[in-house]
Amino acid sequence: MIEIKNLSKSFEGREVLKEVSSLFEKGKTNLIIGQSGSGKTVLLKSIVGLFDIDAGEILFDGRNTRLMDFKEQKLLRQEIGMVFQNGALFDSLTVEENVRFPMDMFTTMTLKEKKMRIDFCLDRVNIKESNHLYPSEISGGMRKRVAIARAIALNPKYLFCDEPNSGLDPVTSILIDALIKEITSEFDITTIINTHDMNSVMEIGDNILYIYEGQKCWEGTSSQIFNTRNKKLNAFVFASPFSKKFREIKQMEDDE
Amino acid sequence: MGVLYHIGQYFLLMVRVFKKPEKNSIYWRQLILEIEKLGINSIAIVAVISVFMGGIITLQLTYNMASPLMPNYIIGLGNRDTLILEFSSTVLSLMLAGKVGSNIASELGSMRITEQIDSMEIMGVNSASYLILPKILAVVFISPILFIISVFCGLVGGLITGPLSGAVTIATYTTGITTLFVPFYVYFSIIKTFVFGFLIASVPSYMGYFVQGGALEVGRASTGAVVNTSILILFFDLVLTQLLFK
Repeated sequence: MIEIKNLSKSFEGREVLKEVSSLFEKGKTNLIIGQSGSGKTVLLKSIVGLFDIDAGEILFDGRNTRLMDFKEQKLLRQEIGMVFQNGALFDSLTVEENVRFPMDMFTTMTLKEKKMRIDFCLDRVNIKESNHLYPSEISGGMRKRVAIARAIALNPKYLFCDEPNSGLDPVTSILIDALIKEITSEFDITTIINTHDMNSVMEIGDNILYIYEGQKCWEGTSSQIFNTRNKKLNAFVFASPFSKKFREIKQMEDDE
Repeated sequence: MGVLYHIGQYFLLMVRVFKKPEKNSIYWRQLILEIEKLGINSIAIVAVISVFMGGIITLQLTYNMASPLMPNYIIGLGNRDTLILEFSSTVLSLMLAGKVGSNIASELGSMRITEQIDSMEIMGVNSASYLILPKILAVVFISPILFIISVFCGLVGGLITGPLSGAVTIATYTTGITTLFVPFYVYFSIIKTFVFGFLIASVPSYMGYFVQGGALEVGRASTGAVVNTSILILFFDLVLTQLLFK
């Protein structure tokens, strides 16, 4: 479980996050949604520690990151897996070496044990016979899956995904969503996903936090999001003709 | 203010770079890879340039120092001392700043903008140390070796060009390169190559590591890395010459 309390962050005097508080539960896929530039990525990167926060608290299962020394922070980071927007795979390493990297750095596993773990992780994300390919030789969807495999290599307690569906076709997006959802419940981890893909919201959003201009604007579940009266959220969720149509059909079903 | 900020940032980065590595075996493997990538792959270009420069210096000495008062072996002696004192240490380092420096800055800059460095940090890896320390050690280690190769190739260049142009015989040239040899010149230049090697790897690393933006900024960082490293090499050449020859 991750809890954030009154989290604020500014860059060169410009306030990007304004006292954001929320609770991200274990075993659930927690989504942060919002328009581009609303502060989603800053929030996610602040939680994982890539940005120093100006005010507030971040608690990983009750452990306050601001009270941790360097060593404790380093140990905490080994409990975190992160999937970046473009995968962020290491260009100079093969698929297998990318997944092995955290094991090489932080474990004393034997080569055989590492190989077994790599095979398990790659198999879990349905990557087959690509172990010796480089990131530039695989598709965008595969890159995301390898990034997920690398993120779960050390059995993380917390999984963070920054727009895992960006740049992917709808079919691959659904597969990635399903994979993250399965991994979250299978390994009972706390997952936070940063997205503006409404399909992800509908499919895997156990808990949704809507950020508007750096502030928490709404919080609820995927079933609540379509019945909310929050104007800002409605303007975001039902921005596309497809989602407008979806709402009309849903309302007709509810009326019947 | 900007300069002070960058100097401060650079030293803070170096503190992170020289922290105890997470796992020595991984760093050792990285070091070997960097020696091959940054050092071994530079040997051919160093050798080619040095052969030509040795030949050119020999010809220049022949045409500009031709005097009945001067013995002919001065051509070999002049070529040797020019190579040892300045060309194979300073000029070669300027060339390496272009080749190796731009490579380092663009590699780290690309890793920064594609969030590869962030992903290392999130794993708990000291990315500065993992990425930069092997590069610095590799270049510092390989620079004196490149210096020796360069001096040797430069002397060979003179040995080929001198007799071919009719300026000097092989015997006179050989007498020149073995006359009045001052071992301190070699020590002095090796000290310089250590310092220049450190600059060649660390300054572009700093420029690349802190890139913000996209491909354009990576290009700018790469250019900036070469320019700044070159200026610093010349500045430290001046300082070291003054300090060590005093």
